[in-house]
Amino acid sequence: MSTVADPGLAVESAGLTKRFGSQLAVGGIDLAVPRGAVYGFLGPNGSGKTTTIRMLLGLVRPTAGTSALLGLPVPARAGEALHRVGSLVEGPAFHPYLSGRANLVRLDAADLLADPRTTSQRVDAALDRVGLLAAARKRYRAYSLGMRQRLAIAAALLQPRDLLVLDEPTNGLDPQGTREVRSLIGSLAADGTTVLVSSHLLAEVEQVCSHLGIMREGHLVAQGTAGEVRGTGGSTARVRTEQPEEAARVLVELGVEKVTLGSSSVHGVPGDLAPEKIVAALVYAGVGVQEFTVSTPRLEDLFVQLTGEGFDVSG
Amino acid sequence: MSAADVLPSRSATASRQGEGRRLVSTRLLASELRLIGGRRRNQAGLVVLAAVPIMMAIAVKVSTPGPGDGPDFLSSITSNGLFVPFAALSVEIAMFLPLAMSMLAGDSVAGEANIGTLRYLLTVPVDRARLLAVKYASLCLGALWGVAAVVIPGAVAGIALFGTGDMTTLSGSQLGFGAAVWRLVLASLYLSAGLAAFAAIGLFISTLTEQPIGAAIAIMVVNILAWILDAVPQLGWLHPWLFMHDWLAFPDLLRDPIQWSNLLHGLGIDLAYAVVFWLAAWARFAGKDITS
Repeated sequence: MSTVADPGLAVESAGLTKRFGSQLAVGGIDLAVPRGAVYGFLGPNGSGKTTTIRMLLGLVRPTAGTSALLGLPVPARAGEALHRVGSLVEGPAFHPYLSGRANLVRLDAADLLADPRTTSQRVDAALDRVGLLAAARKRYRAYSLGMRQRLAIAAALLQPRDLLVLDEPTNGLDPQGTREVRSLIGSLAADGTTVLVSSHLLAEVEQVCSHLGIMREGHLVAQGTAGEVRGTGGSTARVRTEQPEEAARVLVELGVEKVTLGSSSVHGVPGDLAPEKIVAALVYAGVGVQEFTVSTPRLEDLFVQLTGEGFDVSG
Repeated sequence: MSAADVLPSRSATASRQGEGRRLVSTRLLASELRLIGGRRRNQAGLVVLAAVPIMMAIAVKVSTPGPGDGPDFLSSITSNGLFVPFAALSVEIAMFLPLAMSMLAGDSVAGEANIGTLRYLLTVPVDRARLLAVKYASLCLGALWGVAAVVIPGAVAGIALFGTGDMTTLSGSQLGFGAAVWRLVLASLYLSAGLAAFAAIGLFISTLTEQPIGAAIAIMVVNILAWILDAVPQLGWLHPWLFMHDWLAFPDLLRDPIQWSNLLHGLGIDLAYAVVFWLAAWARFAGKDITS
């Protein structure tokens, strides 16, 4: 088992594994979230995102593997690291009979590093930042789901953070709220905060993420910069021609993979082949090329391709 | 609003880390007490605890106790109002006070787990041992609170109805009012210590589940079982080791001089239960997966 402690990474794991009984929730994942990144942690419901986040935060002990937050191993030095980490784990949870404000004050009271003289000011600033100041004195139980979600984000912003771990931050928010959370993530990232944001809704986070990790059934099936992850799906070359059989033969000879024959077109995955070489080879072989396109898959198609299309939750 | 308006700059993060952490803070404990004291359910519980001595005082006042009832507390009430809180304690120590502790202790960890606030406390971060220590401290103060809710209204009602004559001890001698109040304070502290030991059992049970009501019932079952075992004469060898056995020795404080042997044994048992079950709670909770 390798150990982790790369100071350049805000979140890091090696072979992180969790079994609940015979159920494998997370199957040995190697996360790498560079400092300053906005890391989109994507995957369908039940793919192991939340369990991974719980392990990263020291709430759940891994069955195997190691992880580190801000270069500090978890759980050994989780206490030190967590002071610099704001988190939202699996939805908001607060005391129903306390007001939103009183709930934040309680969390602040629990923090040994928090300065009691600035509690009120910091609580108000955090509530203001998520647009909840007007409802601050209402009881939490009277909050709508969107307000609860905002309060949980405010709790993560009570202190200046080096890392924010936001598990499904847009759950229950209306489109306006979703947009606000997105712009909040953007402004925090501009400030230098690393953000790890999980979602099962790709469209919500795609625009703000510099890096992506995609989970499927407990495994990290793709990870890297947004560009790299898009690339792993492979671009597709498509030739429209009156002589598809001939074109297919040329493509196969060139080493294009997954060549499929249509009635008046041919598809294939060209890999590293330069498009101009393919066109030249086709023309040289006497294939009448009516149209030639190379397209990169949309991230959503890639997401579906990587995580499966079914509606059912993976067991 | 830009990020810079609200959040302190990066250098603030650095200076915050450099401040040096405080090892002790009473803020979380104060927050716990506010949480416990602010709950309607707990306030109602305190009212019930306080109602018992007041009802007893009134009942004794309106009825004339018959002769030949023996030297129990009830028949002594008429001579000194301070017997009201003593009588109320002896009535409530078996059921009402342990029930109140069961509710508080059941809620302590399982309640936070049930509504999910536990994960947010732990990621603040609050060290798990520290959280258990604060939770237990709040339960100990809760025990004092519960006993005070019996003793203070009882004393006030008793003095109002029966006055502050000399107190006749169980040994037959007379105590002045000041000395009698002191004996009442000692009895309150003694029973609070017993309830605090019981609360340690409750804290441990509360770490086993995410259902606060289930935990509270289980804790109450432990109490009832102990009283049943204590009533079985064949189990005499076990009785001195039951956490509640020496609770009933608190009237020894009303002897002259005070008979310390059972009381000291009781305090030793309290300490042993508190340490063993706090450690059991810690052993259970320290490595527990928080999945709620």
